[in-house]
Amino acid sequence: MIQAENISKSFGGKPVLHDISLTINDGEVLAIIGRSGSGKSVFMKHLIGLIEPTDGRVLIDGVDIHTLSYNELRKVRQQFGVLFQGGALFDSMNSFDNVAFPLRTFTSMTEAEIKREVLNCLSMVELPDVGPKLTSELSGGMQKRVALARAISLKPRYILYDEPTSGLDPETSNTIDELIKSLDRQLDATSIVVTHDMHSVLSIADRVAFLHIGKLQWVGSVDEIHAAEDPLLTDFVKANEYQIGNPDSVKRL
Amino acid sequence: MSATASLAAPFQSMGRYALLMAQATRALPEVNVYRKNLFIEMVRTGIESAPIIALAAGFSGAVTTVQTAYQLVSPLIPNTIIGSIVAPSMILELGAVVTGFILAGRVGARIAAELGTMRVTEQIDALEAMGLNSIGYLILPRVLAGVIMVPVLYVLACFVGIGGGILVAHLGGFLPAAEFVEGARAFFKPFDPVFGAIKATVFGFAITSIACYKGYFTRGGAEGVGLSTTQAAVTSCVYILIADLALALLLL
Repeated sequence: MIQAENISKSFGGKPVLHDISLTINDGEVLAIIGRSGSGKSVFMKHLIGLIEPTDGRVLIDGVDIHTLSYNELRKVRQQFGVLFQGGALFDSMNSFDNVAFPLRTFTSMTEAEIKREVLNCLSMVELPDVGPKLTSELSGGMQKRVALARAISLKPRYILYDEPTSGLDPETSNTIDELIKSLDRQLDATSIVVTHDMHSVLSIADRVAFLHIGKLQWVGSVDEIHAAEDPLLTDFVKANEYQIGNPDSVKRL
Repeated sequence: MSATASLAAPFQSMGRYALLMAQATRALPEVNVYRKNLFIEMVRTGIESAPIIALAAGFSGAVTTVQTAYQLVSPLIPNTIIGSIVAPSMILELGAVVTGFILAGRVGARIAAELGTMRVTEQIDALEAMGLNSIGYLILPRVLAGVIMVPVLYVLACFVGIGGGILVAHLGGFLPAAEFVEGARAFFKPFDPVFGAIKATVFGFAITSIACYKGYFTRGGAEGVGLSTTQAAVTSCVYILIADLALALLLL
């Protein structure tokens, strides 16, 4: 279980997050939504200690990660798989080596075992044949899927997705959403999805946290979101559903 | 930026650089984990730079020979003076400084661009998020490769530079090779190559560590990478000049 307690963060005196407290339960899919610049990605990076809070703390299984030594923190991070917004694939390596990288670094598997595992991960993201391709030869959607294969290669307990569908066409976005759901089932992982894509949220999330200008504005289950009375959340959802052209949902609001 | 912030900026920069190097030093016990990267960096910094270093050193030695002959050779001064000036010049100064300046451009700029691109495309965050020590993985091998390979390149520069001098002296009809060598040996001090090697080691550390610092803390997109690359090359050259003078005052 991950608990964020009273997280505040300022960059150069400029506040970005204000007093955010949020619990992420084991096995759930939590979507963190909000407009661009609302602090979603910054909050996500706090959860693995990539950014230290100005105030507050992050507990993983009851342990405050900011009291850990760097080497202890690295061990905690090995329980996470992270899909970064741009994929963050290592462009000096081909797709196979990208996915193999965590296995070669953190396990004592033989090359034959690594090959089997990499092909398994690439198959899970429905790209079994891209191994020899350089990352620059892949489309944006394929890069995200290879990055996802890398993120799951160590069978993480927690998977963090930073804008997994941003910049993708609707069909590829749906494919990524389906992948997230299927990986969640296969790996029994806890997933945290940072997004502003309501279509994805409604399709994959169990619970939703809405951030607005660095504040946690609303938390609830995905079923409660249409009944929510928070005007900021309502505006956000409405704007999103107009964008994706779902008149029924708009009417419901 | 306020006046106070402007005044504090260089000290903050030095503090961050010192902390980065301290963190890289702390990763030294794990160097075995990063040995593959170390060998790759040694090849890229050392072996791949050897041709351009040899070319520059060879021409430096040749030009120094011609200019020394032009200025000093007269019926009152023995021709061997050319060897006595060219060889110590290469060993004490030109070998290390020419190597340092070329590597500041060739290796320093490459390192800053690589790490800068990795920073702005979140590849460094990805390494950290996996639980890997990004400083140990990216910075330690690059700095170690610089410290190990720049003295090797310095030795190459000295041999090729003196060789270039001998060749031009012989082909230009200034003096025979044997007299050049006789002149070089007459004023040779065993400490001179040691001093040159110390300088090369310091230059190797300065070039790679400054480039790593500039690249690792790159901000922004392509423009930020370009800025880091330029700053890495220019700052390294300035520190080479400062270190050159400081070491000469300290050790000679």
